Formats: sequence, structure tokens, C-alpha cells
Amino acid sequence: MSYQKQLNDQGFLTTSVDALVNWGRSNAVWPMPMGLACCAIEMMAFAGPKYDASRFGSEVFRFSPRQSDLMIVAGWCTYKMSHAVRRIWDQMPDPKWCIAMGACASTGGMHRSYGVVQGIDNFLPVDIYISGCPPRPETLINALMQIQNKIREYPTTTLDA
Amino acid sequence: MPESTFLPIVDELKGTFGDAILEVTVHSGDMFVRVDSAKIHDILSHLKTTSRYIYISDLFGVDRFTADDRFEVVYNLVNLAYQKRIFIKTRVSEQNPVLPTASDIWSGANWNEREVYDMFGIKFDGHPDMRRIFMPEDFKHFPLRKEFPLLGIPGSIELPNTTPDPE
Repeated sequence: MSYQKQLNDQGFLTTSVDALVNWGRSNAVWPMPMGLACCAIEMMAFAGPKYDASRFGSEVFRFSPRQSDLMIVAGWCTYKMSHAVRRIWDQMPDPKWCIAMGACASTGGMHRSYGVVQGIDNFLPVDIYISGCPPRPETLINALMQIQNKIREYPTTTLDA
Repeated sequence: MPESTFLPIVDELKGTFGDAILEVTVHSGDMFVRVDSAKIHDILSHLKTTSRYIYISDLFGVDRFTADDRFEVVYNLVNLAYQKRIFIKTRVSEQNPVLPTASDIWSGANWNEREVYDMFGIKFDGHPDMRRIFMPEDFKHFPLRKEFPLLGIPGSIELPNTTPDPE
């Protein structure tokens, strides 16, 4: 298109608002670290210098739900804790995403017991499940990249209307 | 550990309480003394004050799943002066699962007794705060009883509301 060429020659760029907003969102996914058990140690390694989540724009772990976009539920969740987790999830502003990290968060795992919720999807809308006990930080990076892909395909502006 | 190491305390208990000492066994180097539940508070108090078992290492319940004297409560006591350990056991029935509290002897027994109440439903008479310690306070069951299903009773513990109130 001719006007695009003209604009580009003058240092402008044309794109859709969706693409621009999603580019921003997907490269600044700030996690809410819901570390409930040993998976949290791997989640810290994911944020630390060796695995370095900052390469994906996700190094800023926010302990305030108001400032985060992604909840990483790392570990087994008891019925008692589920109320706290859900309350924090409800406080996170939309749009938001959720990772069930590890076997316990995904299905209850080895905690096949009366006190443990058998999978956090009983009370949270989970986007990505990670297998492993605990999963390695690379697996969490992979899950984050899948979340990023999901965000990039998310029609932001049309859904909000 | 030779059995003779334990004999002084057994002789002392038998001399003081006589028939209330029901059974004495030594297993894996530890001494187990089963006593009459009616005399349990006197015996524990005697062990603390006279025999210097000043530290309660553990207190827990057992579901033996038998017709009579179904539940057992085990007190794991330590004598720090002589580095000795003794296990005191006592049994209660399913129909009347009540024992006198040991929290007035060792304050540390407080939470352990609440745990035993939470898991088995054994009440401790005279306990300052006989509430559940792990399970929600409105929970109706006792999870470590043998008849309780492994995965719990569906719906017995509430999950959070997944449709929050509209703003």
C-alpha cells in the first residue's frame, strides 16, 4: 500500500491496536508467585540469573495481586488454602492467566488425601498445566512462552468492547 | 539397650500405682508402658514431678479399629537429665472417648491434644482450648479414623466461590 510506504519512509509504523497491545502484554507478563510447596524453589530458579525469566520480560515477581498478570500456582493446595488463592486471583486485574505448576497443582499429585484439592482447576481457570514433580525451570519457561503465544492470539480490544 | 536399664522406673511405677500398670514391653530399645486410663493423669504427673520426665516429645492417637478400647493415646516422654525415653499408652473406648488433659502438666501437650481431637475425636477433659487444629472448625468428621475414606467425603469441605460478586 502506498501510504504505508510513505509513512515507513518517514519513520512511522502502522499496525493494529490488538497487535501492539498484545506485543506489550506478552513481553511484560508479571507473575504473582503463589509458591505453596517445593515447586516454588524451581519457580525461584526460573526467576534467578541462571534460567533468567527476564529474557521473556517476566522477572518482576509481584507480591501484590493488583500488579500482576499471571498466577503461577506452584505446589499442592489444601482446601483451607484454596480460599486464599482464589481471593488473590479475584484481586488480580483482567486480563490474567494462570499456570498450574507441577503434578500437585494440576491433579493433586501424590497428595491423594482428604485435605488437598485434587487439582486447582476445581476453583481456578487454568491456562497451562505443567507436568513434573517438581518441573525443571526450563519447563516453566516453556509454559511462559505458551502463555505468551496465547496472549498474542488474544483479541484484546474487541473482547473488552 | 538391655532391659535392666528400664527396670528402676518400672519398679517405681508398679510400686506407686500397682494394678494401674497393665502391660510393660521393650521394643527396639524403647520402653512401652500401658496404663489404666482412669489413672493416666496421676501417672503422668508422677513421671513429671518425681521421675523428672520434664519433656513431652510427642503425643498422638492410634485407631486400633477393635470392638472394645478402640483408640489408644501414646505419650512419648523424655528424661533430659538421664537421657531416657518412655512411652506411656492408654486406651479409650469408641463410645466414650474422653481422657484427662496433660496440658496442665506439660504446656507443650496443648496442640498435640488438639490434633488428636481433630483427627480421632478423642476429647481431653480440662483442656483450655479444645478446638480443631488442622481441619475447618465446622468440619463434621474425624479424618484419621479407619472408616473415613482416603479422599474425604465429597462436599464436606467448602471450595471457594468461583463466580465472584459483580462489581
